Amino acid sequence: MNVGVLALQGDFREHLLALGECGVSGKLVKTAAEIAQVDALVIPGGESTTIYKLAKAFDLFELISKRIADGMPTYGSCAGMILVSKSIVDPASGQETFGGIDMQVRRNAFGRQTESFEVDLDFKGITGKQFRGVFIRAPWVESYGAGVEVLASVEIAGGTHPVAVSSGKVLATAFHPELTGDNRVHRFFIEELCKK
Amino acid sequence: MSKSNEAQVGSARVKRGMAEMLKGGVIMDVVNVEQAKIAEDAGAVAVMALERVPADIRAQGGVSRMSDPDMIEKIQAAVSIPVMAKVRIGHFAEAQILQTLNVDYIDESEVLTPADYEHHIDKWNFTIPFVCGATNLGEALRRISEGAAMIRSKGEAGTGDVSNATTHMRKIGGEIRRLSSMREDELYVAAKELQAPYALVKEVAETGKLPVVLFTAGGIATPADAAMMMQLGADGVFIGSGIFKSGDAAKRAAACVKATTYYSDAKIVAEASRGLGEAMVGINVADIPVPHRLAERGW
Repeated sequence: MNVGVLALQGDFREHLLALGECGVSGKLVKTAAEIAQVDALVIPGGESTTIYKLAKAFDLFELISKRIADGMPTYGSCAGMILVSKSIVDPASGQETFGGIDMQVRRNAFGRQTESFEVDLDFKGITGKQFRGVFIRAPWVESYGAGVEVLASVEIAGGTHPVAVSSGKVLATAFHPELTGDNRVHRFFIEELCKK
Repeated sequence: MSKSNEAQVGSARVKRGMAEMLKGGVIMDVVNVEQAKIAEDAGAVAVMALERVPADIRAQGGVSRMSDPDMIEKIQAAVSIPVMAKVRIGHFAEAQILQTLNVDYIDESEVLTPADYEHHIDKWNFTIPFVCGATNLGEALRRISEGAAMIRSKGEAGTGDVSNATTHMRKIGGEIRRLSSMREDELYVAAKELQAPYALVKEVAETGKLPVVLFTAGGIATPADAAMMMQLGADGVFIGSGIFKSGDAAKRAAACVKATTYYSDAKIVAEASRGLGEAMVGINVADIPVPHRLAERGW
């Protein structure tokens, strides 16, 4: 299986390492030709506006959107979650998304960097100890449609917000498993979404 | 279900992780809302809010300090990307102020006039992460031991002359490669020579890289400059005066973003370099008397 990591901007090398630890030889991709060849795609953490603008400028936006719509297994973390959403609550001017999961996300939902945090999470489908969620200027899922499964949530200021969701072949987390050295979320993506 | 009262803020992983998300991107100096919006539209990963870009600080002289909180807050309100701001070396009270403003990163910067000629800020005391400049590996590791969560090469800010950034990137990279090639029992003396903590020296020798993200800064003015720095091992690029002291700032900003992503593809960098109008005029670092060189500040 050929798993690409979208390498326009962000922590794509950390995702590549995590895939490697799961026994998958991933590949950094940043051209249309490279993206056309992968069987699955990881969209890393980074700045969603920057990744969007580069995808648009280099004619990758429609290609990625179409491949996700056609059923390519896709995993987005943080900025990646924003990019696989159907819509954004308060987008930067003109910012669009690839789509993939019927949800609306809120950017920087927990606040600015001083509010960035880590916390232990129960992640549905992952066994053993809790998963350490690292949230950096993270989004959350504001609302979602019927076909979306919530895998993990965070409770804050009285409200509960989904921070890991899947729908069909697409997985999204508001946090960064690639920064923890714990590759169980990547393994979940490969075993449960890519191989099934 | 996780409860927010178990959440841990300000951990080293969260601070360093923030810089990981900026990798492969361009951070641009902006002095007003209009410039901040141009930077965001061009695809900048963050902006550095300051009252005067380094080229003007250099031209106007005088003591240069933290920016007015009003000015920083206006920029925070105008863009959704991270906003950074600078404090003087050692000026922990300026840093306390920026922490109350919730900026996303603090740059303890040699571009401003130092407030302390002996001590840098104890950066572990803050929830906000810090980026600091370095000209060599020892300096980078001293800043990391004080709590810096990101390092940038210093270069020579406000010149448009990339030569010092090149020197610093090659120096840091070369010293890391040297440590990686050493026997373990040679690392004690290496730590002494680098004037850096042994534990950090050992970590760098084992991993072959800094424990934090390494950006480049100081004199980058063209897409080609950005591409060269990325090929020399930078994780990303700060552009200070280079964008808004040039002819067509919006076009140049977008071109530098493209060149930073596709740094190894000369055809794309060539395409990005076309028709950008006038680059910043610049000053040769060699023409600046040594006491006026900003990279000499900090130790």
